[in-house]
Amino acid sequence: MEYFLQLFSSGLTRGSIYALIALGYTMVYGIIQLINFAHGEIYMIGAFVALIVSGVLTIYGFSGASILVFAAVVAVIYAAAYGYTLERIAYRPLRGAPRLSPLISAIGMSIFLQNYVLLAQTPDFLPFPALIPEFEFIEPLAHIIGSAELVILTVSTISMIALTALIKYSRIGKAMRATQQDMHMARLVGIDVDRVISVTFVIGSVLAAIGGVLVGSYIGQINFYIGFMAGIKAFTAAVLGGIGNIPGAVLGGLVLGLSEAFAAGYISSAYEDVFAFGVLVLILILRPAGLLGRAVKQKV
Amino acid sequence: MLPGHRSIKTALRTALWFMFLTLPFMVVRVNTLKGEVEWRWQNMLWVGLAVFLLAIVWDIALSNRHKRSDRKPSASQTLSRLSQRVFHDKTVYLPIIAGVFCLALLFPWLFNTYQVNIMVLALMFVVLGLGLNITVGLAGLLDLGYIAFFAVGAYTYALLNTKFGVGFWFSLPIGGIVGATFGILLGFPILRLRGDYLAIVTLGFGSIAKIVFENWEEVFNGAKGIAGIGRPGLFNIEMSLEATTTYIYYLMVALVMFAAFMTNRLKESRIGRAWLALREDEIACVTMGIDMARTKLSAYAFGAFWAGLVGVIFAARNTYINPNSFTFMESALVLSVVVLGGMGSIVGVMIAAMVLILLPEYLRAVAEYRMLVFGAVMVLMMIFRPQGLVSNVHRYYRKHSETDAAQKG
Repeated sequence: MEYFLQLFSSGLTRGSIYALIALGYTMVYGIIQLINFAHGEIYMIGAFVALIVSGVLTIYGFSGASILVFAAVVAVIYAAAYGYTLERIAYRPLRGAPRLSPLISAIGMSIFLQNYVLLAQTPDFLPFPALIPEFEFIEPLAHIIGSAELVILTVSTISMIALTALIKYSRIGKAMRATQQDMHMARLVGIDVDRVISVTFVIGSVLAAIGGVLVGSYIGQINFYIGFMAGIKAFTAAVLGGIGNIPGAVLGGLVLGLSEAFAAGYISSAYEDVFAFGVLVLILILRPAGLLGRAVKQKV
Repeated sequence: MLPGHRSIKTALRTALWFMFLTLPFMVVRVNTLKGEVEWRWQNMLWVGLAVFLLAIVWDIALSNRHKRSDRKPSASQTLSRLSQRVFHDKTVYLPIIAGVFCLALLFPWLFNTYQVNIMVLALMFVVLGLGLNITVGLAGLLDLGYIAFFAVGAYTYALLNTKFGVGFWFSLPIGGIVGATFGILLGFPILRLRGDYLAIVTLGFGSIAKIVFENWEEVFNGAKGIAGIGRPGLFNIEMSLEATTTYIYYLMVALVMFAAFMTNRLKESRIGRAWLALREDEIACVTMGIDMARTKLSAYAFGAFWAGLVGVIFAARNTYINPNSFTFMESALVLSVVVLGGMGSIVGVMIAAMVLILLPEYLRAVAEYRMLVFGAVMVLMMIFRPQGLVSNVHRYYRKHSETDAAQKG
C-alpha cells in the first residue's frame, strides 16, 4: 500500500508537470491549429535560465528559497519573451500557408533552439541548485510525499486555477475564446487576432517555464535536450485529453503521469518512454478526439 | 534597394531585443558542478551587430516576398524559368548529366579514400532523401521517424550476417523488403490521421524503434550494438579497405542512379499522380475515386524500401552499428535535405544532400554549427522559398496546358 501511495504521488507530480506544458500546446492548437513543436524548447529555456540565475547567485554567496523565487520570475520573463519572439519569427509570416509549412518551421525552430543552448552553454548535464526547502510539517508523510513534490503540486494547481480564471473572466480571455471559435468572425468584431495569438504564446510559455523550473529543482539536473522528451509527453497528454480543450490537457497530463508511474513501478522502467508513445498511438487510433474532446467534422 | 529610415529604426530595436534575449545564454556561462561563472560580455556586441544586419535583410526579404505575390516577373521567376530550361532543353541538360556522370566515375581515382568515404556518406543521404521525398515530397505525409526504416535495414543485415552468415548481396533486397514491410505495418494504424498528428505519431514510432533496439539485449545486443558485420564481397575476392571503399562507392553511385530513375518514373506514373493529388487535397482526391489506403501505404512502402536498402549498405560499410546512429537528429537531417531540395524535386534533393553533408565535412569550422544551421534553414526555407532550391518540375505541365488553352481560345 505504501509503495502504491509513493507511486501515486510521484505520478501525480509528474502528471501535473505534463499538464502545465500540455496547456501551452492545447491553447496554441486551439487557436491556430498548429502543433508548436518548439514548445518543449521553451520549457527547457525556462529551466536553463532559472539554473543560470540561481547558479550565479549561489556562487556569489546568496542562499535560501528567495533565490528560487527570483530565478523563477526571471525564467518566466525570459520564457515569455522567447515564446513571443518564436511566434513572430517562425509562425506569423506563415499564416495562411499550407499546413505542413508552419509545422516544418516549428521543427526547425526546435532544432535551432536546442543547438543554440548547446553551443552557448554546454552539452553536459548541469546540477540544479537544490533550493526547495525541506518542510517540517510534512515529516509524518515523508515516506509518501516529499516537500519538492508538495511544492510542485501546489504551484501547478495555483497556475491552473489562475489560467482558468484568466480565460473565463478577463477581457483578453474572452478574446481568446472568441478567436478559438472563429478567427474571421473575431476579426470582424474588432478583436486584434495577432495580439491574441501573441498573448496565447506568452501564456503558454509562462506555464512551460514554471514547469521547467519545478522539474529542474525536483530532478536536480538539466541539459539542453530535456525539452524534447518533455515536449512529446506533454503533447501526448494534450492529445489524450482532447487537443484544444483546456481541462482536457490537465486531465490528460494527470492520467499520463499516473499511468507512467505505475507502469514503471510495477512493470519495467526501461520501456517507460515506449509506454507514453504507445498511449499516444492508441489514443489517436481509437479516439482521435481525446477523452474530453468532441469529434470535429472536417468541412469541405 | 536601400533600407529606409524606419527599417533602420526597427532593426535597432530588434537588435536591442535580441541582446536582451540572448543575455543569459551568450554572456553568462555557469558551471554549477565546479561553482564557476564565466562572463563573456564581448558576445553581446556580436549578437547586437549580427541581429542588426540580419533584421535589415529580413525586412527587405519580407517586403520582397509580399511584392512578389503582387507583381509577376521577378528574380525568383527568372530563376525558375532558367531551371525549367535546364531541365527541359535536351541540349542543355544532356551535357550536364554526362559531365556529372564522368566526374562521379572518375572520383575515386582523383581523390583519396577519406574523400571517397565522405562521398559515400553523402550518396547515402541522397538515396535517403529520394526515399523520404516520396513520402513527404510527393504524397505530403510528414514522416519524422524515417530513420527507423534505415535502422531496420541496418539491423536486418547485421543480424542476418552475424547470426546466420547470410551474404551482402542476398541481404540487400531483403533489407529493402523488410523496410517496406515495416513501412506498411506502421502505415496501417495511422492511415486516418491528418498531417500534424501523423508527424507526431511517426516521431513516436521512430523513438520506439530506437528504445527497442537499445533495450532488447537478447536480439539486438542493446546499446553495445552489433560488431563484426561483413563487408560486401565480390565473387569471394579478398579486398583491401581502400578497394572496398571504392567498391561501395560505385555501388552507391549505381544505387543513386537507380533510385533517381525509379522515383522519376514513379512520379509520372499512375500511383505518382495519385500521391500528388493526395498531397494537394485529400478529400477531393478520394472523391475522384482514388483508393486512399492503398495510395498512402504504397507511399510509405516505397519510401521505407529505399531506407532499408541504404541501411544494409550502411551496416556493411561501417561493420558496426549501435542504436545511437538512428536518433531523431538523423531523421531531421534527412527531412532538411528534402525541404531544402524542394519537396518533390529529384535534382533538388540530390543537390541538397550534397550541400548538407559535404559542406560541414569540408568546412570543419562550421561542423559544430551544423544542426543550428539546419534548424535555421528549415525555418527560412518555409518562409522565403517553400518550393525549395529547385522547384518541382511538375509546374511545367500546368503552364504548358495554360498556353495551349490560350492559343486555342
